[in-house]
Amino acid sequence: MTEERYEPVIGLEVHCELRTATKLWCACPNEFGGEPNTHICPICLGLPGTLPVLNRNAVEYAMRIGTALNCEIKPSKFHRKNYFYPDMPKDFQISQYDEPINVQGYLDLPTGIRIGIERAHIEEDTGKSSHLGKSGRIHAAYGALVDYNRAGVPLVEIVSAPDIRSSEQAKDYVSELRAVLVATGATDGRMEEGSLRVDANVSVRKGPDAPFGTRCEIKNVNSLRSLVRAIEYEIKRQIEVLEDGGRIIQQTRHFNEDTLSTVALRSKEEAQDYRYFPEPDLPPISPGEAWINKVKEELPPLPPQRRAKVKEIFGTGDDGQIITLVEQDLDGLFLGVLSHGADGEIAIRRLLNEAASQIEAARKLDVKDFAALIGMEKSGKLSATQCKAVLAEMLESGGSPLQIAASLGFEGMKSNELEEVITQIINDNPDAFERFKAGDEKVTQFFVGQVMKATKGKANGKSVIEFLETKKS
Amino acid sequence: MNNENLITEKDVAHVAVLARLHLSEKEITDFTVQLRSILEHGRDITALDLADIPPTSGPIPLENVFREDVKGGCVDKSEVLSEAPGHQEGQFLVPPLLDGSE
Amino acid sequence: MKLSEQLLSAKEIAVGIKNKTFSATEIVSDTLGRIEKLDGDIHAFLNVTGDQALLRAKEIDEMVSKGEDPGILAGVPIGIKDNICTRKVATTCGSKILNEWKPPYDATVIEKLRSQGAIVVGKTNMDEFAMGSSTEHSAFGPTKNPHNIKCVPGGSSGGSAAAVASGMVPLALGSDTGGSIRQPAAFCGVVGLKPTYGLVSRYGLVAFASSLDQIGPFSRDVDDSVLLANAIMGHDPLDSTSLDIDTPPIKINSDGGVRGLRIGLVSEFLEGISPEISEAIERACKYLDAGGGQVESCSVPSVKQSLSAYYLIAPAEASSNLARFDGVRFGMRVDGKNAEEMMVNTRTAGFGDEVKRRIMLGTYALSAGYYDAYYGSAQKLRTLVIRDFESVYQKFDVLLSPTTPTTAFEIGAKIDDPLTMYLSDVCTIPTNLAGHPAISVPFGYDSKGLPIGLQVLAPALKDDLTLKVASYLESARENAND
Repeated sequence: MTEERYEPVIGLEVHCELRTATKLWCACPNEFGGEPNTHICPICLGLPGTLPVLNRNAVEYAMRIGTALNCEIKPSKFHRKNYFYPDMPKDFQISQYDEPINVQGYLDLPTGIRIGIERAHIEEDTGKSSHLGKSGRIHAAYGALVDYNRAGVPLVEIVSAPDIRSSEQAKDYVSELRAVLVATGATDGRMEEGSLRVDANVSVRKGPDAPFGTRCEIKNVNSLRSLVRAIEYEIKRQIEVLEDGGRIIQQTRHFNEDTLSTVALRSKEEAQDYRYFPEPDLPPISPGEAWINKVKEELPPLPPQRRAKVKEIFGTGDDGQIITLVEQDLDGLFLGVLSHGADGEIAIRRLLNEAASQIEAARKLDVKDFAALIGMEKSGKLSATQCKAVLAEMLESGGSPLQIAASLGFEGMKSNELEEVITQIINDNPDAFERFKAGDEKVTQFFVGQVMKATKGKANGKSVIEFLETKKS
Repeated sequence: MNNENLITEKDVAHVAVLARLHLSEKEITDFTVQLRSILEHGRDITALDLADIPPTSGPIPLENVFREDVKGGCVDKSEVLSEAPGHQEGQFLVPPLLDGSE
Repeated sequence: MKLSEQLLSAKEIAVGIKNKTFSATEIVSDTLGRIEKLDGDIHAFLNVTGDQALLRAKEIDEMVSKGEDPGILAGVPIGIKDNICTRKVATTCGSKILNEWKPPYDATVIEKLRSQGAIVVGKTNMDEFAMGSSTEHSAFGPTKNPHNIKCVPGGSSGGSAAAVASGMVPLALGSDTGGSIRQPAAFCGVVGLKPTYGLVSRYGLVAFASSLDQIGPFSRDVDDSVLLANAIMGHDPLDSTSLDIDTPPIKINSDGGVRGLRIGLVSEFLEGISPEISEAIERACKYLDAGGGQVESCSVPSVKQSLSAYYLIAPAEASSNLARFDGVRFGMRVDGKNAEEMMVNTRTAGFGDEVKRRIMLGTYALSAGYYDAYYGSAQKLRTLVIRDFESVYQKFDVLLSPTTPTTAFEIGAKIDDPLTMYLSDVCTIPTNLAGHPAISVPFGYDSKGLPIGLQVLAPALKDDLTLKVASYLESARENAND
C-alpha cells in the first residue's frame, strides 16, 4: 500500500480554439473540417513575403476568457517560438511568452475547490498531418499529407497552477473550465473535434508538505475519460519508478488510447531551445481600461451563476442534473419552459435524456413549443413514449408538437370522437364493463386493446382509462 | 565577455542542428573562426553599461494594430499545390514524419 | 519617333506617353532592346518579363487613346529586386532554394505600381536573401558595376542599381536592411532612398530582418525618386507595421535650396574613410554653405556600436524568417528518409555560404544562455541609437555623411572576409536601427572614375527633407557642367 504515501501534483494546459469568423492573422474562414487546403491563403501558408495582422475579435475573446477566469488583463506582446515541423507553416509559432494577455486568475470548481490559473495567452494553431500507408501495408508510413486548413486558427492556452491533486479533480477542472469557456461564447469547447485539447503535467511527491517531484508532460489526451486514465497510469508509473529506487526523468509522454499507457517521446538530439524573441511583425497590444470594462460588462452569465439561478427558480433538482443542464447550455431553455408553467421534473428529464443527444438542435428548440410538449405529457395527452417520439421529430425537423403529434396520429382523435368509440365498445361488452366497475384490472387492458383496435392505434391509452373511469359512476 | 564565452566548434555544431543545416567538419571550423571574429567585434556593445536601457524591438512605436474579423477570399489550392515540391490528393506530401513515439 | 541615345527620365516618359509623344509600347521595346544589348555584360537582371511588359504597354496605350489617365508612372519601365513577390513570375531572392518559385500573389508595392501605370520589365539580381554588400552572393552569379565591370555594383540591391546606372531602366525598386539600397546607389552613381520604416508596405517583400527592412526607389535623378516614392508609399492594412497616417505626396520646392537648413556632419561617419571621399565631403560642405545651409560638425556616439548591434539583430531575425524554407510547401526539395532529414538536406543544398553564416550567427544569438548577452544587448543599443539621433536632431534638420567609406571595390576583393565586407555598411546601418529615412546621392567621382555617393539623413517622416537636400547636392553636377 505504498501508493497512499504519495500525493499526485497535477497542472493542466488547455488549448481552446476561438470561435472567430476568421483566422488569427488572415481573412481565411475559421471553420472546422472542410476539404483539405480549402481554407488557406499565402498568409496562413506562411509563404515568403507574407505578414500577420491580428484579428481584433480574437483579442476580445481572449479577454473574455481572462475575465471569466478572474485573471488580470495586461498589456501583452507576441513572441516567435522557433521549431521546425511540416505542419507549422512558418517553422515558428507566434505565441505569447513573458508578457501574456491574461495572468493570475482562478477557477472555482462546483465541489468548492479553487484551482489557480497562471496565464491564458493567445497563440496560433498548426495544420494537421496524416500518415500515409501505415495501415493495411507491410511497411511503415511512406509519407505524410499536410492540410493547412487549421493553420493560423486562434487559440487560447490556459495554464493552471499545479493545484490539482487527483485524476477526478482534473476531470472536474476540465469539465468546469469547458463550461465556463463555452458560456463566454469564445469557444465551442468540442473535445471530439479538437477545439479543446488538454496536456497534463503530472508529478508525485511524498505527502502535501514535500517539495514537488520531477514532472512529465502527457500529450494526446482526446477525451475526459482518456484524461483520467492517462493521469492514473502516469501516477502509478511514477510511483513504481520511485519505489524501485529510480528517478523520474523530465520528459514528454504520449498517451496511447489502445494500450491505455503513456510512452516517452523519442528524445531529441537537442534540448528544447525555442529561441523565443519578440515578433517584429506585430506591435504590442495594450487593451486599455475602457475595452477591459466593456468586455467585463458584456460577459454573459457564467455556469456558477446560472446553476444558482436554476436552483433558485426550480427549487428542487439534483446538483448533478443542474451541472449537466448548464454544461450542455440547456438551462436557458429549461427556465423558459418553467416560466411557461411546464413541469420541471419532466422537462429536465426530456432535456437530459433525450434532447442532449442532439445538442445543437436541442439548443434551438422553441420555448413555447417545448413547454407545450411537456404540458401534453403532463396532462396525459401524450404518453412518455409518444412524447419522446414527438420530441425526436421536433429535434429532427422542427415544428409544433401539436401538429407533429397529429401527423404521427397521437392526437388524431378529438375527445368526443374517442368518447363515442368508448361508449360503443362499452355497449357492445356490457359484461366486461361490469367486471371493470368491480375493479378487475385485466379488463382494463381488454378495453384499451379494443379501443386501440377500433381507432387503429390513434387513441392515447391514458385518455382511454380516464374515460372509462368517468363511465364508472 | 571573457574567453570562456567565445563560441566553440561544439557550439557551432549544436547551432547547426537547431538551424537544420548539415555542416562539414571544415565548415564547422571555418564558421567557428568567422563567427568568433564577428562576435568579438560585438564586444563594443557589452562594454557599455546598458542595465537601465529598455530594449527596442521595432523602430517606430506602435500598438493595437488590428484587423476586423471579416472573411476574405482564400487562394485556389491548385495554384499553391502546383508550386509545392510534393503533393497528393489535394494535400502537401512530405516524407514520413517522426511522430516522436518510440 | 526614334528614341535617341539620350536617356529619358521617368518623369519625361510618363509625360511623353500621356501627351502621345511616344507610346508605352515604343518605350518598352526600346527598354527591352537596351537590356538585350547591355545585360550580357552587366547581369543586372535575373529574369526579363518582356512579353508581359509588352502586353501591359499595350493596355497603357489603349488607356491613353481612350483618354484615361494610367497614373503618375504611365508606361514607365521598372526593374524589381527579386525579393519582391510578383504573381506568377519567378521570385528567387537570388537563391537556389526558391527554385524559380512563382508566388500566388503580388506584393503591395507591385499592386501600387500597376495602379500608377508602371510596367515591370524584369526582376533584378541581388545577394542571396539580401545578405551581402556586393551582389557576389547571388546564387546566379554577380552583377557588374556599369562604371567598371571589374568592380562590384554594391549590394544587396546591386542588380537594381546597375540596371538604372547603365540606363537599362529609368527606375528600379530595391530593399534596404542595412544599406542595401544606398550602398549600391553610391557605388553605381545613382540616387537611392531608404524611406522611413513603415512608409512603404513590406507585404510581399521576402523578409530578411523584419524590423529593419524597407523597400525604396532607385533612379538617376532625385525627381524620379520622388515620383517613385510617391507611387509606393501609403498605409497597407496587410502590414501591421505600416504607418496609418496621411502621407501627402512629397513635393520638393527646390527654389530656396538649402537656405536656413541646419546640417550636421557626423564625425563618427568620417573615421576611416578614403581621402577622395573625404574631399568630396569637403566640397559638399562648401556647396551647402554657399547655398545658405549651416553646416556644423556633430556627434552621434552610439553609431560606433551600431554595426555590432546590426550583426546580431539582423541575423537573429533572419534565422527565424528563413526557417520556412524547408522544402515542404514551395521551392526546392532534396529528399530524405524522413521529413526532418529532407528539411536538413534541402536547406544545406539550397542556401549559400553567406546565408548559412548569418543563420548560424542569428540562431546562436537567440539560443538559450546567449539571448541577453547578444540579442538583448543589441536591442538595448538600438534604444541608445534612437536616443542619440533624437538629441542630435534637436540641433540639426538633417545629417550628412559619406554613404560608404570607399568607392566600389573589385569583384572578389572581400568575398573571403565577411567582417571586412560587413564594415562597408558602417555609415548606412544606424539609420535602419532607428527606422529613419536616408538617401544616397551621387557627388562626383574618384580618380579611378568610380562614383562617390553622399548620404543625407533625417528624422522619421522627414523623407522630403532628405530628398530636398539631395536635390540641392545633385545640382552641383549641373553647375559643374555649366
